[in-house]
Amino acid sequence: MMATSKKILEQEPSDIELLLPWHATGTLNARDARRVDEALSCDPELAKQYAAIQEEYAGTIHLNESLGAPSARAMQKLFAAIDGEPARHGSLRLSLSTRIVGFFASLSPRTLAWSASLGALALLLQAGLIGAVLVKNQPASFQTASLSMNEPPITRALGPEAPPRALVRFAPEARVAEITALLDLYQGSIVDGAKGGLFRLQFGNKAMTKDEVAALMSKLQSEKIVSLAVATP
Amino acid sequence: MQVLYGRHHVRVFRFGLRLVRDEQIAEDLISEVFLDVWRQAGKFEGRSAVSTWLLAITRFKALSALRRRKDVELDDEAANAIEDKSDDPEVAVQKKDTSEALRRCLTALSPDHREIVDLVYYHEKSVEEVAEIVGIPENTVKTRLFYARKKLAELLKAAGVERGWP
Repeated sequence: MMATSKKILEQEPSDIELLLPWHATGTLNARDARRVDEALSCDPELAKQYAAIQEEYAGTIHLNESLGAPSARAMQKLFAAIDGEPARHGSLRLSLSTRIVGFFASLSPRTLAWSASLGALALLLQAGLIGAVLVKNQPASFQTASLSMNEPPITRALGPEAPPRALVRFAPEARVAEITALLDLYQGSIVDGAKGGLFRLQFGNKAMTKDEVAALMSKLQSEKIVSLAVATP
Repeated sequence: MQVLYGRHHVRVFRFGLRLVRDEQIAEDLISEVFLDVWRQAGKFEGRSAVSTWLLAITRFKALSALRRRKDVELDDEAANAIEDKSDDPEVAVQKKDTSEALRRCLTALSPDHREIVDLVYYHEKSVEEVAEIVGIPENTVKTRLFYARKKLAELLKAAGVERGWP
């Protein structure tokens, strides 16, 4: 064991080894993903390293999700600054709006990559509508001039009233029927996944206290078909 | 702009916060980043995802803010993130929790390593996108993450967590 670790530490990493993190996050191209899959299936040391990477992946998501969201102050500051910018003439406004539509056309959120392409199409349509409204409804200056500071901050979607969520990895031998039964038992629903084998689940429709969430995670973790359960805000 | 802001500001904030480690500065970064986007929308050519463009601007702004602050205590802060052997019982129990230890060690990584770990694992950026955001060659992206992971393993080992790798 020591010899193996030492050997790994002294060696330059192999090409495949370097690609493992991107394989876990699902951002490799098909060719590289196939190469990594093949290597993982016949190299136990590599598989061990991959398991460590999946823990790092879950841990990094957990850490970042726990950072919360900015206050409304940041948004107020931004739109006050935009209001203070010199007025732009019509053609530039149109150009900007077109650009914003372009932004959305180029969006390819990884979180939607697994789902049906219909979802992406709906997003683009929505973006197009928003862009059109921006162009149509702007009389003289940018829309943000009418921003109401009394609006509730849109940054608090992860507030305490939300039902608990968790990143869950099921055991490789878990069958669909078992997963379905577990979801029923815990009133769970899959809200995102499976990236690197991790599913984002939501439990029930009511908020829970910190202790309740901890108990839920502990219970989940003890399930035979669950290999990892990490609470996320 | 409100829609664009609503969609991306939380991730911009979290990326900035992990770099500057100061909520106030991270919030200021958000408005600076999106103001730049508003001013430079015409320069966006759509060759990369909007989120990649935003993260690259955020990184640039964060590094500028750090240079302005010249916070020499950052490294000390990182070094102190791992407790020594004289922890009280409560901390010792805490260390047994692998995920908590992992979290603490992720926080204790150097800025370069934190940045690349976050971009790959949290922002789920490809090798090419990370290279674009950080401004380094793709091979350097791969090796930098490898050594960040090795450093993380060392920190975990120092915190009493063995994971079987390396």
